[in-house]
Parts: sequence; C-alpha cells; structure tokens
Amino acid sequence: MSISIDRDRCIGCGKCHDVCPGTLIKKDEQGKAYIKYPRYCWGCTSCLKECPVYAIRFYLGADIGGKGVLMHTERHGDILDWIFEHPDGKVEKIPINTKESNRY
Amino acid sequence: MRTEYITTDILIIGGGTAGCYAAITASENSDKKILICEKADIRRSGCLAAGVNALNAYITEGRTPQDYADYCLKDADGIAREDLLLSISERLNDVTRRLEELGLVILKNENGRYVTRGNRNIKINGENIKPLLAGAAKRAENVTVIDHINIFDLDVKDNTVYGAYGFGIENDVFYVIRAAAVIIATGGAAGLYKPNNPGFSQHKMWYPPFNTGAGYAMGIMHGAEMTTFEMRFIALRCKNTIAPTGTLAQGVGAKQINILGDVYEQKYGISTSERVYGTVCENHEGRGPCFLQTRGITDEQDKSLLKAYLNMAPSQTLKWIESKRMPSEENVEIEGTEPYIVGGHTASGFWIDNDRQTTINGLFAAGDVAGGAPQKYVTGALAEGEIAALSTIAYCGKNSFHEADPGSVKEHFDELERHLSETVSPYRTEELEEAMQTIMDNYAGGIRSNYRYNSAGLDIADLRITELTELTEALHADDMQELMYIYELRERLIVCKSVIAHLKARKETRWHSFAENTDHPEKSEGFGRLFVNSVYENGRIKIILRRIDDREAVI
Repeated sequence: MSISIDRDRCIGCGKCHDVCPGTLIKKDEQGKAYIKYPRYCWGCTSCLKECPVYAIRFYLGADIGGKGVLMHTERHGDILDWIFEHPDGKVEKIPINTKESNRY
Repeated sequence: MRTEYITTDILIIGGGTAGCYAAITASENSDKKILICEKADIRRSGCLAAGVNALNAYITEGRTPQDYADYCLKDADGIAREDLLLSISERLNDVTRRLEELGLVILKNENGRYVTRGNRNIKINGENIKPLLAGAAKRAENVTVIDHINIFDLDVKDNTVYGAYGFGIENDVFYVIRAAAVIIATGGAAGLYKPNNPGFSQHKMWYPPFNTGAGYAMGIMHGAEMTTFEMRFIALRCKNTIAPTGTLAQGVGAKQINILGDVYEQKYGISTSERVYGTVCENHEGRGPCFLQTRGITDEQDKSLLKAYLNMAPSQTLKWIESKRMPSEENVEIEGTEPYIVGGHTASGFWIDNDRQTTINGLFAAGDVAGGAPQKYVTGALAEGEIAALSTIAYCGKNSFHEADPGSVKEHFDELERHLSETVSPYRTEELEEAMQTIMDNYAGGIRSNYRYNSAGLDIADLRITELTELTEALHADDMQELMYIYELRERLIVCKSVIAHLKARKETRWHSFAENTDHPEKSEGFGRLFVNSVYENGRIKIILRRIDDREAVI
C-alpha cells in the first residue's frame, strides 16, 4: 500500500510534501514531487486531498490484496469525490458530502 | 549544521490531538508564549491524519462521568487511575461541544441532540477533524508552530525540565529550546513488534507508524516514573487493511464468528482484550479464520459502510471496491494486530498527578503518552490537553528561566554531527529496526507466539535489545531524515526495554493477549491491587509496585 505521483501532472507546489505525516515525499532536481520511502506510507491519504492537480494515486500493495485499482480524491465545494480507476479502464466514483455525518 | 536558540514560556512537544488542544487552551487562558514543535505538519500529524469515524468517549443522556470511569476501570480489570479517569470524564462533553464549534460535523436527531452509537459513542464525519484542530491552534494568539522538527531530548537538571533539544528534518538546524514548562504530547509507540504485514505494506498498521514512543523514551532516560507498560494494546482489525472493526460491530451489528459460523464472542467475554483473545484462541484451535458476520446486510448498509470507511480508513473501501465483493456478500475477516504501547487505549505511560504533571518538575503529559487512564480516545486526549495546559500556566508563574548549559548543548550537537559524518557501521537503521521487531515478536509476546511470553524468553529479549542498542551508536545518517530514523529506533529500543521489564514484573495474566504470561497463566489477587511502575536508574530499569488504593510504593 502506497502512493504514486504522476510526474507530468505535478506542478511542484510542495503541498503533499508538507502534509505527509511521515515526511516521505520529497522533490526531485526539477522540483517535482516523488515518494522517497514508498514502504513507509501509512495510507492516511492526506496527500491525495492536498494535491491541487490530482496527480497522486493511492493503491493497495499486492501483499494485502491489491489488484491494481488506483484511487484519488477530487474536491468540489462540500463534496469530496473518491474516484477508483480499475485496470480495465472502468471508473467508479463515491461522492461524500463532507457536511453529512457517518451513519455508523 | 547551524544552531538556533528559541525561548518560549510553554513548549508543547507533539502537535497531535492533545498537543493542539493544549495550545488552544493555554492561549485562551493566559498571555504566555506557546510553541508547538511537531515532527510532521500539524494539519495531518498524529493519530487523526486519515480521520476518525466516531467519538468513542462521550457521556450520553442519563449517564454520568462516574459511569464512564467505571466502564474504563472494569475494562482494565481494575488497573487504572480513577482520579484521572474522572477528571477526563467530567470534561468529555464540553470538549465535544467545542469540536462542533470548530466545525466538526456531528449527527443530530430531530430534537437537535447528538445521535448516539451504543452507550458512549456519538456519530460524526471525522475526516477533517485534524485540520480543524490544527487550524484553531494556528489561529490562537501567542501560538507559534514549528513543523518538521524532531525533538530528541529534554533538558532536565535536578529533576526539573528547562527545555528540549531538536533538529530540523528538512533543514540542517540544531535547535536549543528554552521553556518555563513543557507539555509532552508525543503519542504512544508503534513499530516495536513485527507488524501484521511485514513486507511492502509494513506500515499498514493500526497506530501511526510515525509515533515511535519519543516521549516515553525521553522521560525514561531522565528518570521519569512510568506506569503499566505491561498493559499492551492489541487492536482487533479487518485483515490486511488493519481497518477498524467497531464500525461493523456497532454500526451494523456484525458478530464475531469462526469458520464454522459459530458466534464465539460470548464464550470469551466482550472486554477489549477478550475480543482479541477469543479470535486468537479460535484460530489456534483450528476454527479460524474468523470473521465479522456482515453477510446479509442491506445494499443501503453497504453504501453507508463504503462512505464511513473513506472517512477514516480508506484502504478498507478500496479493498471492497477491488475485490468486487461487498460486505453484504462476504464476511469481513478479522485479526489481532501487533502489540502497541498507547496510553489513550490502555493505561501505559507517564505516571502523573491529577494536574498531569509527571514525576519531573515542569513536565506535563497529555494524550497517549500519559498513563493511568485507558479509553480516553480523541475526546479524552482533548480533555487531558486542556487540564495539562491549565496546570502548566499555573506552573509557569512559579518557575524561572535557566540558560542552556553550554557543555550540554555541545554534547548534543556533537552527537548529531557524529551520526552525520564520522560513523561507519555495516548496518543500516532499518535493518536494526527489523531485528528489534523480530526479537520482540519471538521472545516478548508478539503475533508469532499468539502474544504469549515467559520469563526465560523475556530475559533473552532483554539481552538482545541491549546488544542492538549498542549497535545504534555507530549508525550513519546521510541526511536529517535518516538522522530522525536513528533516533526513532533508539526511542523504540528504550521503550522495548521498559515493556520487557514490565511484562516480567506482573506475575499474573490479568488481560488475555495484552499480557499473556505463560509462567503465571491465572489472575493473582495480589497483583490485582497493584500498579507496576518503573524508573530508569543507574543504567537499569527498576520496578516499583504501587498500591492502587493509596498509590504508595510497596517495594
């Protein structure tokens, strides 16, 4: 379980670096973000929510049952969309109204 | 590496749940200068980075603070401090109201009252709880936050704290911080034992892997008294994703079942440790794997669960999406985690008075690092942050500043420089960390032995941990982050030594799995009246047994 950062999409704003609770994300020589310690990721998804250009994808490691689905979030006002991209190209979306409480 | 001196009134080490709330409280109740030093970034640091699904400590209608304290005492089978539990319980609802004012979404019924989950929980949307707390701390007057600074030692003289030493993780700076009082809020310790998923997903664990027991270790090395490190916490979790099970158990009423489909939870009891123990026994006796019985819940419930987990443990939702099998179709497999030391769930931590002062003058503890008060959870950590802050303000008035001792400053600076330049070791920090986790797993009651241990094994663990500690002296760091990893490993090794000593000292099995002593497999009446405490003295951990009723030492 870890993240990958799309280098082409990254604008080098550094927000993911700042927010990572393990300071695991660094910048390369061109100022683009990359995850230096992928195995140390806790899976908190803080970086996904910070990225203004949605360049970060979260995935489960194969050791815990991952099968290649990539997850990211997009924010539209009070709605936080959780987006799942399957390897076959299918895309699923779960919108969460951040002003609504969990039912459980 | 350059040196920077900072002076403040109140230093808060760790900007997590308790630390942020302590800063907010101190700001509102005094004109003291407050400094939060945080290893990461307070917006998403500590236990609440991903969010939290419910507030688990709340006094619901018709219940009293005493009821909550009684519940905690019962769950800990008597080994907890009623005074601390009560002082927390009395504040739980006020801090909850405050969280709502800060913007936390709490579910309400048509009468405007909070909707409860069971007897002590309320339902929220806790995804953004940490940014809300951090925002309030940053906005508070006289509060300065330094992110990405690793505090690695306290400055203690004549059993009084005068400041701390730290270094930047993203800059080459050695920090010498002077303070009139210090609140330690560094959280508990993860990563002591081999984790559930030791491969690529090694950090997919219950507790934040970045909480390394720094506060415990700094306190121990300066002779602070610690309590109940033998009451380890083992969480019952969803297999692989290590996501919470309470949402399934309490939210949709899923029962724990074995492979035969039998509900086994009543057979072993339903205290926190018994829920883990039952699962361990069923697996051990060949009736595993074990599950939470979710099959048959409605599609509507499926959808709500997918959302609820995204707000606190998104890996679990991803797992359901990837497998294409929803909880209504497939029961959710469960397992116990590796053991953690965490004072917000069990009673491990600094031995404190009701003002939250540790046995070191001027050093106050709040949240997971503070001992004696299990099941404090989020709201309890806030309550404790508040109490510690108020006590600290009073203490500041009585204390005066001390200049840093140049000898001590140089010693700390040189130690950092040595790891960054001179040292040559055949080992890397992560190899020694793995060795530590293997030792603890094998000999000190890890997952491998179904959490069981005995005195002979603990002696081996103690020896091996000592040997590993010596090896850390020569570890080399290429940069400041690697330097942090060396200090984190050292902190964990110190905590391991203490855990081992405590496990050995409680000659009984009071809490199955949490402390499963095969030399003494039954409860002992005598130990039921005693806290196991310890202090580090002359290079070794000395055990102090204290009576629960009057807290006097008996040996």
